[in-house]
Amino acid sequence: MQKRKKTKDRMKDIGKSLCFLSPSLIGVGVFFIVPFGVVVYYSLIDGVGSRNFVFLDNFIKLFKNSAFLMAAKNTLTFSLMAVPLAVILAIVLALMLEARIPLKSQFRTFFLSPMMVPVASVVLIWQVLFNYNGTVNEFLMIFGADKIDWLQSDYCQVVVLILFLWKNLGYNMILFMAGLANIPKELLEVADVEGASELYKFFAIKLRYLSPTVLFVTILSLINSFKVFREVYLLTGDYPYEKLYMLQHFMNNTFKSLDYQKLSAAAVVMALVMVVIIALLFKAEDWFGKDVEG
Amino acid sequence: MKKKHYFGRGAMFVLCALFAIAFLLPTVLTITNSFMSESEINSNYGMIFSTTTGGYVSETVNLKFIPDKVTFSQYINGLIKSPEYLLKFWNSIILVVPIVIFQVVVASIAAYSFTRWRGKIRSGIFFFYVILMLMPYQVTLVPNYLVSKWLGILNTRWSIILPGMFAPFSVFLLTKFMRRIPYSLIEAAKMDGAGEWQIFTKVCLPQCRSALYSITILVFIDYWNMVEQPLILLQDADSQPLSVFLSSINAGEIGLAFAMATIYMVPSLLLFLHGEEYLVEGIANSGSVKG
Repeated sequence: MQKRKKTKDRMKDIGKSLCFLSPSLIGVGVFFIVPFGVVVYYSLIDGVGSRNFVFLDNFIKLFKNSAFLMAAKNTLTFSLMAVPLAVILAIVLALMLEARIPLKSQFRTFFLSPMMVPVASVVLIWQVLFNYNGTVNEFLMIFGADKIDWLQSDYCQVVVLILFLWKNLGYNMILFMAGLANIPKELLEVADVEGASELYKFFAIKLRYLSPTVLFVTILSLINSFKVFREVYLLTGDYPYEKLYMLQHFMNNTFKSLDYQKLSAAAVVMALVMVVIIALLFKAEDWFGKDVEG
Repeated sequence: MKKKHYFGRGAMFVLCALFAIAFLLPTVLTITNSFMSESEINSNYGMIFSTTTGGYVSETVNLKFIPDKVTFSQYINGLIKSPEYLLKFWNSIILVVPIVIFQVVVASIAAYSFTRWRGKIRSGIFFFYVILMLMPYQVTLVPNYLVSKWLGILNTRWSIILPGMFAPFSVFLLTKFMRRIPYSLIEAAKMDGAGEWQIFTKVCLPQCRSALYSITILVFIDYWNMVEQPLILLQDADSQPLSVFLSSINAGEIGLAFAMATIYMVPSLLLFLHGEEYLVEGIANSGSVKG
């Protein structure tokens, strides 16, 4: 009797929870899940409308496609530069704002402000700064350096990197500040009494407590670095210098030719890569979570 | 010992100030340059945007802070003489506002469900939302494109608005906020005989008013800044938002571009100045993928 009532209650709960969830679930289903299923299907057949399963053929073709390989390589190179810098510099900013200095809250506002500025609004300044005849080159010439054609040479990723960091550091800094605020104060006070140096306090205490945040920010920056197409597009348009040809450029061009097989295979490959990265993120949160909680 | 301490703090302050200048410079320069006259802009940057015609062009590039003469002529040009820009600005608004409103409404209802009832399947669904939230556009745009084609809304605003309404980011963040509401509040409302909808509107929503605001800000900037979706889903140049169109303003109209770029940052900067505390709280709460 008791048990039956319980299952009845449970059914009721499931019904109610579904009621509340359904608007979102239906939307996500219609616009993301169902079509993604079709994307997976498209990636396995040899043409829209055909029922001919070719299994891995589309993927093999994709990995032999030189444009895709170049885009993947450029995106990865960019991520390898951008992610460590985005993490380390954000920690530096957060630690600086921990010190007892005047105008602290103003500094936080300043560091965070680029996040609110649309990229499209500042690309003009970036173009003036990094043009062949631009301000940065003028500045470098004072020191006798040669002019660099920033956006049309192998330095082009640096220009985008600076824009990326400018835009993203504030967000990461806030995450680190929240992490620093969670460190038990007693621990740092004891260290002070014992006469520990700032450096020791940082590596032995702060960094340990920050490690989950470090990991989270690393993954977040990695994901953001995959989205850097936006900055590249606004700076250089559809046809950037070779080193700035990103995965999204590849997708855009493939959209233009409407090669569904190529598009689908690329989307599936990237989804799989993302799932692996996200799984690592979850695992890592588990490992570190246990370590610090005790 | 003490002296050394002061020195350290002084150095820290200088370092902060240097960083602050670097962070503020691009924004400030864009704003001050928008008050320069067309001829001043041309003489300063003529070297760079070489298609400019006529007038004096300086041999070198002059990146200047303060205009020789403050003028609103660029704004007048942009807003009154060429309504094209105003139209693009309107396009941005008409795309972003419905997305923000509906995404927050749909998400708060869903977040209530994730907060109130838990179970294996439901946490599975939540996990799925997190994965979807983290996917880059390279992945999500292909399904969006297919659905838009099937529904016949490709090249219309709906192809961006509809998927945007259901984007899972705010579901994730709102759930994290709502789970911090003391359960006793919900329990008490239940005792008083309130139905679920009443608990949701009368207890839950008022409790997370600041969360709703911080999510509104985060969703707004995300879409105000959009480039990828309109490029793929809106082929028609007339319906592009200003975030895409700004980069295609041709070289002869640099002054105008500065003015329009400034106008485009105003809404998000105002939101920022007004709601910075909420924004910070929202970001701090996104700091872990687990619910």
